[in-house]
Amino acid sequence: MTAVTSPGGEAGAAAPAATRLVQRVHWSDRVAHVWLVAIALLLLAFLAAPLAAILMQAFEGKDREFVGLSNFIAYARTPALLSSLWNSVWVSMAVTAITIPVAFVFAYGLTRSCMPWKPLFRGISLIPLLAPSLLSAISLIYWFGNQGIAKGFMQALGIQQIYGAPGIVLAECFAVFPHALMILITALSLADARLYEAAAAMGTSRVRKFFTITLPGAKYGLLSAALVTFTLVMTDFGIPKVIGGNFNVLATDVFKLVIGQQDFAKGSVVALLLLLPAVFTFAVDHYVSRRQTAMLTARAVPYKALPSKGFDRIMLLCCSVIALLMLAMLGMAIFASFASFWPYNLTPSLRHYVLGLVDGEVGEGFINSLKMAGGSALFGTLLVFFGAYLLDKTKGAPLLRGPVKMLAMLPMAVPGLVLGLGYIFFFNAPGNPLHGLYQTTALLTLCTIIHFYTTGHLTAVTALKSLDSEFEAVSASLKVPWFRTFWRVTLPICTPAMVDIARYFFVNAMTTISAVVFLYSPETKVASIAILNLDEAGEIGAAAAMAVMIAAISAVATGVFMLLARWVDRRTQAWRGPR
Amino acid sequence: MTDPTVAASYLKLSGVHKAFGAFTALKSIDLDIRQGEFVCFLGPSGCGKTTLLRIIAGLETPTAGRVEQGGRDITTAPPAERDYGIVFQSYALFPNLTVADNVAYGLVNRRTPRDDVQRRVTELLKLVGLPGSEKKFPGQLSGGQQQRIALARALATSPGLLLLDEPLSALDALERVRLRQEIRALQQKVGVTTIMVTHDQEEALSVADRIVVMNHGVIEQVGDAISVYREPATPFVADFVGKVNVLPGRIATGELSVGTFRLRNDATARAADGEVKVYLRPEDVLARPTRGGAPSFATDDPNVFDAEIEKIEFLGSFCHVHVRSDAFAPNRLTVYLSLNFLTEQALSVGSMLRLKLLPERLRVF
Repeated sequence: MTAVTSPGGEAGAAAPAATRLVQRVHWSDRVAHVWLVAIALLLLAFLAAPLAAILMQAFEGKDREFVGLSNFIAYARTPALLSSLWNSVWVSMAVTAITIPVAFVFAYGLTRSCMPWKPLFRGISLIPLLAPSLLSAISLIYWFGNQGIAKGFMQALGIQQIYGAPGIVLAECFAVFPHALMILITALSLADARLYEAAAAMGTSRVRKFFTITLPGAKYGLLSAALVTFTLVMTDFGIPKVIGGNFNVLATDVFKLVIGQQDFAKGSVVALLLLLPAVFTFAVDHYVSRRQTAMLTARAVPYKALPSKGFDRIMLLCCSVIALLMLAMLGMAIFASFASFWPYNLTPSLRHYVLGLVDGEVGEGFINSLKMAGGSALFGTLLVFFGAYLLDKTKGAPLLRGPVKMLAMLPMAVPGLVLGLGYIFFFNAPGNPLHGLYQTTALLTLCTIIHFYTTGHLTAVTALKSLDSEFEAVSASLKVPWFRTFWRVTLPICTPAMVDIARYFFVNAMTTISAVVFLYSPETKVASIAILNLDEAGEIGAAAAMAVMIAAISAVATGVFMLLARWVDRRTQAWRGPR
Repeated sequence: MTDPTVAASYLKLSGVHKAFGAFTALKSIDLDIRQGEFVCFLGPSGCGKTTLLRIIAGLETPTAGRVEQGGRDITTAPPAERDYGIVFQSYALFPNLTVADNVAYGLVNRRTPRDDVQRRVTELLKLVGLPGSEKKFPGQLSGGQQQRIALARALATSPGLLLLDEPLSALDALERVRLRQEIRALQQKVGVTTIMVTHDQEEALSVADRIVVMNHGVIEQVGDAISVYREPATPFVADFVGKVNVLPGRIATGELSVGTFRLRNDATARAADGEVKVYLRPEDVLARPTRGGAPSFATDDPNVFDAEIEKIEFLGSFCHVHVRSDAFAPNRLTVYLSLNFLTEQALSVGSMLRLKLLPERLRVF
């Protein structure tokens, strides 16, 4: 025998941990590190620094001196502001209490029944995502406003006027519905059929199965949906601005304090208050998503609904009512946008469109919006995907990876309003070398990319995780640097995910208000902001028309992205074989 | 056997140690692998065999120790600066590239002229037995075919070392048996030094020049298939490689007593006095019928004893037969008997057998 083995022999003594062996870094890995540093710097400059600026403002006085908690104390002594805090909280709770059960029923119908027209219902439920949230507020004004066609009906129910809390609650329910719905659909589709089969074998009733299997299984989804709903309502700006009337909430307070009164200190205190529920939601969601995936083991059998006439009919009825309400919301906005002179002359005309596009200068706004949306879709997708690749697939630089990962997840916990405010404080500071970016389309685009970074990042990470983890090891053994494999293998395989990310960036950039409301100049004003200005000027018809136009553009863009996805699929996914 | 000083060591591991936090995955591994050798790392999951392979590949860095390949210290060299081809359990074929592009992946980067690349690809595909499959995508191939493409890709750049990380474990039983022989034949044709990680002892026994049996991060034994099987160095090896009967025994003044048997040989003479465990392979017990016309073992042979069949485990051409004998009571023995023998002798549960021990095959620990 020729082997030299000495299990645990004297060679064991030659293994002290005194000099830790470290692998030499290959030049191609250095390239990856440089890129990772670049992305870290970008996230620091456009995410961490603006947030730090808010934090500093909150603790500084008029002459930028440190004043401790006195800004917070001043805030707490302003009764008007405190009442806004209370308003925000109870309105958000009310919306959550209404939306979650409704969305749950809708999701239940979509996932657990055999009712017809499921794709149609799903499509309708996504309508609110296509337009700025304020579309629903405008629509409600036409339904129930001073000249609304159903005002009498509302007053018969005991609500005197739609402006204020009732309008905000109703409009928010519409706006946040798809967000809650998507979480609940995911939670309800993660069901193990074996549990239901076992229960059925023991003769368990449908109701009992619901309370002992379905509801416990969806509890994390419910919790997560409720928190997301609460946070979205707390931090939404467009709806309270349009339909809030004299009913103040935190989001409108920030705007008034910063833009109206130039009180940056109090503004940042409010911004920090807005940050709280978002950070809390983020933390809970992070914890919950781990539990949720752990619940479903690899051996679980996906649940498939069985036809049941009575139950399917009831679900169809419920979902139809909900879908009709959503269509009524969009439909009224469309109808009113074409009405010549509400409510006296309802003959269709393009008056509001002309008024908005030409006189209201929203035409320019649309060009800016398209620039911003296109820029976000292009650069955002590249940045997000490349960043996720560097984090997930390259090696080395462990000290850099943790912080960059955290920065990539952070935007989810930062409401757009807070981010936008941070941008003012940071980029408007005269000493900042990046000051030149302030109020440019470039900064608006960057702000939007950062605002929606996390969802794109998570999509990219999911796509990358589905790839064989040994591609990079094989490439290294063949002496092929990682960027070549990235270009030849990873990128072509992941193009469908990238198209998805691009669509997400585009539609959100078209509809966003909260982050960019602080950052535009007359030259760089985007369409969604222009709508807000039209509404302020009392041109609600034109505002409705422009909101409908954004929805139409978003819908067309979604269609284009879907076609693009199919084309990309055919070009790059031929290897998947016929499907 | 070759003298290690004559055959130069191609891959030399000395004192390789790997810890993941508090967990020690490898404890001071020393190993020499000669040029052109086919070596299997064999062991149960978690024994450190894959970690050792990944250290050789540069996918992990050892906590301490030294790795030399062809006389060059590669302990801290990144994978790209090492000389090896690797086939993973998942094959890691690039799904969006054709078979030809996959095989040529490492060649294209080396600025080889296009015609040469094409010629090499054709040659390699012929070598692995898949000529003409250039235009296909990996997804259109069977698992075994994908495996061969991965092999061709790993060999394309003519590396000095071929690393195989459980390359057969994703295949069905028949395909595995066929492919392992193909891999062996290919390795001998190309002459590349090869290390294969496996947890399947049969696989290791059938293809390897030498087997490195590992457990709990240490090497238990290194040797060729016969010596690992016939002369296991430790109880673990005896237990892990092949099936074995474990019987309690006792050594007193150089004599082993196990059951009613008393044995004395070189091994027992060297052993210290006290309780021991005796390892006996099922095939090291020969069987004859007790009745009937067939000639049986002589009853005066001290190694012969009678036993009764308690249970027959049918496994195809061979059966595991569990027998009970006064000679070893209360312990049971398992012996291998051919199906033909069982049917010819009309043996069933309750039948009597005459068995003979091969005392030189007993291992005492």
